[in-house]
Amino acid sequence: MPADSPGLAHDWLDHDAGPVVRPYAVTQGRVAPTGGEIDMLAFVVATAPVDHRGARLQPEHDAIVAAAWEPIPVVELASTLDLSVGVVRVLLGDLRSAGLISMHEPQAASRSHDVDVLKAVVNGLRAL
Amino acid sequence: MDSVRSDRNGASSRIPVALKILIAGGFGAGKTTMVGSVSEIRPLQTEEVLTGVSGADSVDGVEGKTTTTVTMDFGRITITEDLQLYLFGTPGQDRFWFLWDELSQGALGAVVLADTRRLADCFPSIDYFEQRGTPFVVAVNCFEEQRFAADAVGRALDLDPGVPVVLFDAREPLGARNVLIELVEYVARRQLTSAGSR
Repeated sequence: MPADSPGLAHDWLDHDAGPVVRPYAVTQGRVAPTGGEIDMLAFVVATAPVDHRGARLQPEHDAIVAAAWEPIPVVELASTLDLSVGVVRVLLGDLRSAGLISMHEPQAASRSHDVDVLKAVVNGLRAL
Repeated sequence: MDSVRSDRNGASSRIPVALKILIAGGFGAGKTTMVGSVSEIRPLQTEEVLTGVSGADSVDGVEGKTTTTVTMDFGRITITEDLQLYLFGTPGQDRFWFLWDELSQGALGAVVLADTRRLADCFPSIDYFEQRGTPFVVAVNCFEEQRFAADAVGRALDLDPGVPVVLFDAREPLGARNVLIELVEYVARRQLTSAGSR
């Protein structure tokens, strides 16, 4: 028996039941971004403010654009906006299609890491 | 710093380099402690869609797609303004293996945390990174009273020659940092060796 909310017969059905909403409701059930895969370390940069005329964009889209005026990677967006990575990817696909953001895939995807970069990382770690 | 917003066209030249390091190991091996000790740790939700997971137990009567929520730890170390290191504590349970493929894609390398009381717990992680060709170091979290020789641990784990085994104490502030340095130096050595043999 749930005893932590004695005043509510169904404590997950009140008006604050945000977390009960399925995460992919915000994407209307879409689970894959339009326009192809998005790496979780891809950087997002907003290129234009959201124009609500005609576009079926949600507050979460606005939040992403607002957070991405400085380059920000997908994982940071997800963590900052408290959305799952999968949901953020779908929303980014929408924004990319609408021309409101640019995406920059990580260079590391090549798997060949520049030795100079690695040296810089070591030096940076030593300075911590 | 200079204004970035004033020149949107120039923004692409200012995209930082982000490197990914995975922190793996069995349940309770200290992944969260390690990520938290060197970076500002934050939870990351990965609500992943499972579509007919091959090899999984049959899910009779469960039609269509289903999702599973995985919360993992991630942290950022800012090396410079243009160089950032991201640490991901990989979910330890077997049912989250599907997440590892994406996490290891393009990763700089991995730290496998080993607990000498339950050494076998890190076998799956080691197997995984060996098969993927992801460089890794084994970090043995040990306390003063139970120091093991690093090469004994390496033999017990049947590691390939050259794979570093680092003894460290997660409670020491610099312990985790030194493990990361060991990993990056190992990756650099491998890089130079493979470049030289071409």
